[in-house]
Amino acid sequence: MTKGYQMKSDNVKIHVENLKKSFGKLEVLKNINTDIHEGEVVVVIGPSGSGKSTFLRCLNKLEISNGGEIIVDGNNINDKDVNINKVRENIGMVFQHFNLFPNMTVLKNIMLAPIKTGKLSQSEAHDTALRLLKRVGLADKADVYPQQLSGGQKQRVAIARGLAMNPSIMLFDEPTSALDPEMVGEVLAVMQELAKAGMTMVVVTHEMGFAREVADRIIFMDGGYIVEEGTPDEVLKHPKQERTISFLNKVL
Amino acid sequence: MISILQNYSAMLMKALGYTMVLTFLALIFAMIIGLIFALMNVSHSKILNFIGTVYVDAIRGVPLIVLAFFIYFGVPQAFKMMGINNFRLPALQAGTIALSMNCGAEMAEIFRAGIESIDKGQMEACRSLGLTYATSMKSVILPQAFKVMIPSIINQFIITLKDTSILSVIGYPELTNMGRTIAGNTFLSLQTWGIVGIMYMIVIITLSKVAKRIERKIKIEDR
Repeated sequence: MTKGYQMKSDNVKIHVENLKKSFGKLEVLKNINTDIHEGEVVVVIGPSGSGKSTFLRCLNKLEISNGGEIIVDGNNINDKDVNINKVRENIGMVFQHFNLFPNMTVLKNIMLAPIKTGKLSQSEAHDTALRLLKRVGLADKADVYPQQLSGGQKQRVAIARGLAMNPSIMLFDEPTSALDPEMVGEVLAVMQELAKAGMTMVVVTHEMGFAREVADRIIFMDGGYIVEEGTPDEVLKHPKQERTISFLNKVL
Repeated sequence: MISILQNYSAMLMKALGYTMVLTFLALIFAMIIGLIFALMNVSHSKILNFIGTVYVDAIRGVPLIVLAFFIYFGVPQAFKMMGINNFRLPALQAGTIALSMNCGAEMAEIFRAGIESIDKGQMEACRSLGLTYATSMKSVILPQAFKVMIPSIINQFIITLKDTSILSVIGYPELTNMGRTIAGNTFLSLQTWGIVGIMYMIVIITLSKVAKRIERKIKIEDR
């Protein structure tokens, strides 16, 4: 059964209006408009080069947009007076290549941000990290270094690290694309659990099964535009746009 | 040969001491200088990039001997021209400054290369967590970069140790300078320079061995 995204909270977490982004002469995002609501799970799909990762990276200002507005929890992130670090504390991000810190143990990886930002004390951060590791099923890996983990374990640690600041939004940038096939499931399971717990999530992925089962809304992007969006049923089963149909024919 | 060792061994050891102290001092200052200019070079500020580039290019573009002459003879003259007559820059200080500046420019390049060798995803992960640029550098990027840099730093250390001999030209009382004094007094050039050469060799080979061991240890830790 799919939950209609209209049914979700009216509270807009991220408001995106006329978003544009170019790399030199290459226009990657041409005009993106969307609202992401509290507790909503939005899955962004599309062919490579469609701008979906760039879109995601604009949401926490890892890429600086060239035009338009992005409002996160009422903060216009392009506003010079807005402290982007404060905004980012509330947005966790998980990367395709994990980007764990190899010079620290798993536990220290998770504890770093809460301690350095002064959000938690040493002992609070320690407890939080252990609790999160338990949640992603890796309590026994607290004291090992990332190099000793499998890809799936690394990504679960990365999710725990992203959750350590207790964010209300999580961004996932192709979290399973660098994993061996047998490890995809364990990462998706953690993400699914997170979605059930009510986290606001924006997920760029090629995992159509995950999109179908977990998404409240699917955004199909191509050529720097949102071509089509709607519930998984609407977009995956009854796509209206020619480009969506041809993309789905290739991946499904 | 034996007579030189008998008469001059204490002076030679003292001079070697100067060489070592100068090397370590220059290396410490160079690390500080290198870190500062490397951070300027990797920053996103065009002005800081420019300052960093100018320093590195200027110092690397001048032979150490010219830099030493410039600081030892040139700088006091500049003070004189400004009407400050009693400014003196002894050879010890002038030599340390010249070598530190020279080695600092090399260090800046080593640090820059080290920082740039770290995957940019590391910085992105830090920033996505709400950490500032400075905290990210200090806690995540530099510790990793430093590990990468250790072999180059050790290599630079050996180069700097050898470069100290150049400072004999401004009368710095290091080993080569002592060699010149002894050779002048005894007319035993072959023996004197033989002994001096062997002294350098012993120190440098020992340091290289230690360096190799450290390097190997780091590699094992990384596994």
